[in-house]
Amino acid sequence: MKYILMMTGKKSDFEAYASWSKDDLQANVAFMRAFSKELQDSGVFVSTEGLGWPSEAKLVRAGKNGEPITDGVFPESKEFLAGYWIIDVESSEQAYQIAARVSQAPGPGGKPANMPIEVRPVLSGHADLGL
Amino acid sequence: MADCQHEARIEHLLRELAPQVLGAVARRFRDFSSAEDAVQEAMIAAFTQWPQQGVPDNPRGWLIQVACRRMADHVRGEIARRERETAVAAEVEALLPTLEIEADMDPNDTLVLLFMCCHPALTPSSAIALTLRAVGGLTTAEIANAFLVPEATMAQRISRAKQTIKASGVPFRLPSPPQRSELLPQVLHVLYLIFSEGYASSIGSHLQRLDLAREAIRLTRNIKTLLPDNPEIAGLLALMLLTDARRAARTGPHEELIPLDKQDRTLWADAEISEGIELLTAALSRGSVGLYQLQAAIAAVHDEAEKVEDTDWPQIMALYELLNRVSPSPMVTLNHAIAAAMVHGPAKGLDLLRALDSDPRIAGHYRLDAVRAHLFEKIGDRQAAVNHYRIAARRTTSIPERNYLMTQAARLAGD
Repeated sequence: MKYILMMTGKKSDFEAYASWSKDDLQANVAFMRAFSKELQDSGVFVSTEGLGWPSEAKLVRAGKNGEPITDGVFPESKEFLAGYWIIDVESSEQAYQIAARVSQAPGPGGKPANMPIEVRPVLSGHADLGL
Repeated sequence: MADCQHEARIEHLLRELAPQVLGAVARRFRDFSSAEDAVQEAMIAAFTQWPQQGVPDNPRGWLIQVACRRMADHVRGEIARRERETAVAAEVEALLPTLEIEADMDPNDTLVLLFMCCHPALTPSSAIALTLRAVGGLTTAEIANAFLVPEATMAQRISRAKQTIKASGVPFRLPSPPQRSELLPQVLHVLYLIFSEGYASSIGSHLQRLDLAREAIRLTRNIKTLLPDNPEIAGLLALMLLTDARRAARTGPHEELIPLDKQDRTLWADAEISEGIELLTAALSRGSVGLYQLQAAIAAVHDEAEKVEDTDWPQIMALYELLNRVSPSPMVTLNHAIAAAMVHGPAKGLDLLRALDSDPRIAGHYRLDAVRAHLFEKIGDRQAAVNHYRIAARRTTSIPERNYLMTQAARLAGD
């Protein structure tokens, strides 16, 4: 069964992250690298991507002629996806264990940040959606 | 282990033979698109059979023969579909036993393919994919893996590229010398893009990915043997070697980016540097100096400095001025500003950067902010430096680069 683990945050969380100390940033980056490698080594890794900064996000709607109309203004409360991992595991419990592990990524002062990780099942049979 | 080496040798051989075989088949049947499919099938057949049964005495002939048989099957299928005269089918039959494989080899075939794959009607991403497959002999799966896209996506991209070529009606023949000099910049650009993609992505945890930088060097080396007198091909090969030489020094133990001025220069590959410099020296002596030779010359000046303090910045600045005349672009202006800052001080650099703010091709690009940050730091304006490092970090599309820029900002903010 596949699960997606999503790391999200408000704009203010991203800005806070950008002002961490050098040591804290480096510790966090090292942890994330090690975490992805752990997933690969344990045979559950499917994919991972990191996303661009919220300031680069655009909201797009089709205009009258189907032309894109872009908007870059979001409410302060909006949660942005920062990055995700997709894993293939035996049970939801195993997915939660792994999510808890990444939640402990070190934050300021090297203490576990205990950031929230959204975990959701990835559905199979995507062909049914016409994709 | 021995098996592994054996397979690697077969793989290498197949890649070397791929463009020659494809050239021979495409020329014979005058159908690049189907020939390309047939050759891929022959390559796969070889890859499954040769490790067990041994490499045939004439591997090229074997591949041509198998590919031609596939082509004949394909043509027969087409004929059946169109319910044509059996006479045409007989003609195809007649073609097969008369294959004079060795006499059929034309060293220019690889060049014909290259010009075809880098056709101006194709988008850069299609041209890259097609070149890697038809000239580089890579499988669709390998190319997909190198660009981290699903194999089906890459298969579709290649197939659309072939349709575009078919629709454009380019004949399978070597372009005339004037056409060639008109098309060559496009070809070199595609090779350069393959190299840069490989160089940028050779960082990080994607170690299982195919090494596109090495692939680009291999292809450019092959092209250079076919057109040995062209100074820009030599210049491009030199540029690739002189850049690739710094690969081992470019990332730290935690895969963090290490900029040129902080690299451990003892890790640079001397053999690649000397080969690059030799190629460049020979190319420059031929007269017409183009953009790749100039970029290679700049890379060579960096590579020749044993310590960063030894870098001949006035020389680099002069080379960027020349490059700006030969091939002006905002990136060249940006790099020229860096060199000018090293020669005349950071204020001069910041001054030159101002011209780029009104250039839509680069305004808002993270590199502009990253360079500004660096120059503000040099001039002692720490707050401005932190701000620009952070803006650059937000704008870059590379994770290692983002980590690097955020760390720079944090270093200055924390001091």
